[in-house]
Amino acid sequence: MEDLIHISAVRHTFRTASGPLPVLDGLELSVPEGGFVAVVGPSGCGKSTLTRLVAGLLIPDEGDVSVHGAKIVGPRSNVGMAFQNPVLLEWRTILQNVLLPLEIVPTKLTKAEAEARARKLLALVGLDGFEDKRPSELSGGMKQRASLCRALIHQPEVLILDEPFGALDAFTREDLWQIMHRVKAEEPFTGILITHDLRESIFLADQVVVLSGRPAKTQFVLDVPDVGVRTLDHLYSPEAAEMLNILRHQIEVAQGRAPAQVTS
Amino acid sequence: MTARQVLVPLAAVVVFLIFWEALVWVMGWPNFRMASPSDLIPAYQKYWDLFLLMGWQTLWRTVAGLLLAVIFGTMLGMIMGFSRMMRDALYPLLVGFNAVPKATVVPIVALMFVGWHDFNTVLIAFMISFFPIAVSVSIGLSTLEPEYRDILRSLGASQSTIFWKIALPKTLPEFFGALKVSVTLAFIGTNLMEIVSPHGRGLGALFDSGKTNSDYPLMFAVLIALAFLGIVLYYIVVALEKTFAGWADRSV
Repeated sequence: MEDLIHISAVRHTFRTASGPLPVLDGLELSVPEGGFVAVVGPSGCGKSTLTRLVAGLLIPDEGDVSVHGAKIVGPRSNVGMAFQNPVLLEWRTILQNVLLPLEIVPTKLTKAEAEARARKLLALVGLDGFEDKRPSELSGGMKQRASLCRALIHQPEVLILDEPFGALDAFTREDLWQIMHRVKAEEPFTGILITHDLRESIFLADQVVVLSGRPAKTQFVLDVPDVGVRTLDHLYSPEAAEMLNILRHQIEVAQGRAPAQVTS
Repeated sequence: MTARQVLVPLAAVVVFLIFWEALVWVMGWPNFRMASPSDLIPAYQKYWDLFLLMGWQTLWRTVAGLLLAVIFGTMLGMIMGFSRMMRDALYPLLVGFNAVPKATVVPIVALMFVGWHDFNTVLIAFMISFFPIAVSVSIGLSTLEPEYRDILRSLGASQSTIFWKIALPKTLPEFFGALKVSVTLAFIGTNLMEIVSPHGRGLGALFDSGKTNSDYPLMFAVLIALAFLGIVLYYIVVALEKTFAGWADRSV
């Protein structure tokens, strides 16, 4: 399958007050159409910088970031983003929040069609009945679900999730993982997920990329076998335990706490 | 508004007036020490026409100064909120300007624009009240979380779209908070000019004539009239806040 997102040999350095700070050096990443890649790595290694590259919010010093073979030179409207902070607009209802991207991106949908689509997405994540509520009336998990609907309303080519479940409690997080599978089945997307949670990465993604410490390069790639419909039980299987072990070791290498050559 | 929201503040005012009356009566204070509420009624009756005329002069000049403060303060706040350089450049100037007591500026302005009574008064009301608005708008804009910007920028939105759709509405609660402070300040500005400079206009002038004629109940009556106008303007701002930034109120 052709790669939808292709990142190769990317280098980027931030110029800060205390001198240049290299964040990315030798980043390689490919996501096929319909694929879902999780990116894990030590704190502060440049994972969020990666999302800004793919969104076109940042142009790297060197290297290529392309979507559908076209080099990214600036923001494109076919991207959906969700962050750890749900950043819903508090003065709008949930429905109006979800519709926000359609006020900016050109759309063929009529107002009624757009609203119907927003309602459908909200129902898909279990927020039916909350369309007219304000964000302040929703729990953290519900806000995050609404933020996900907003990221998908304009049917973006690429969905970028930057630790979207990071601030949620463990049970809510597992709920949202299952909702993500439901959403992906109904509304197929190509996605990049930045996460700190190794279990989350192997539960949601088909490929896990481990970044090294700063400046980040692609250190290790793990393909998660396709097992059909994934359930939480899979996380407690011996295969999952093995994958988690490998990933944990790779993170320790990235943190500089374990030698790279040791085999478990 | 429920009956409770009207009756409770009214009752508080009545209790305050009774307490005031009782205090003056118990202490046996003469009028020149402190007039009591019952002394004010004859003062209002005697000068009612003047109260209406001068109250209106004070009110419109305060509102004009306040409107200028809103326009100028918002623009200044936008400039400082969006540009770090402008913020660094303008803050010391602004703080210095605000630190100068406006009572000292009044005679200067009165001399500068001698004879322009309305202009002078509006100018002082404006000068004293734009600072909180400029600061709150600038802080509201500069503390906008970058994710809000990113959500729209990644969709290709322009800077002005981001401003109208996100930055402006998000700043409204801070803006109204500042406006409530500015309302009171604008009244101080108007009255400073009216009292200090002999224009013979506004409630400040009425206060001054009470002073020259040793009409103490009149002086107190002016104070109460000013308080009343202040309360009216304040509640107009509250009503505007409810309409435009009601979403920020979590108590409902």
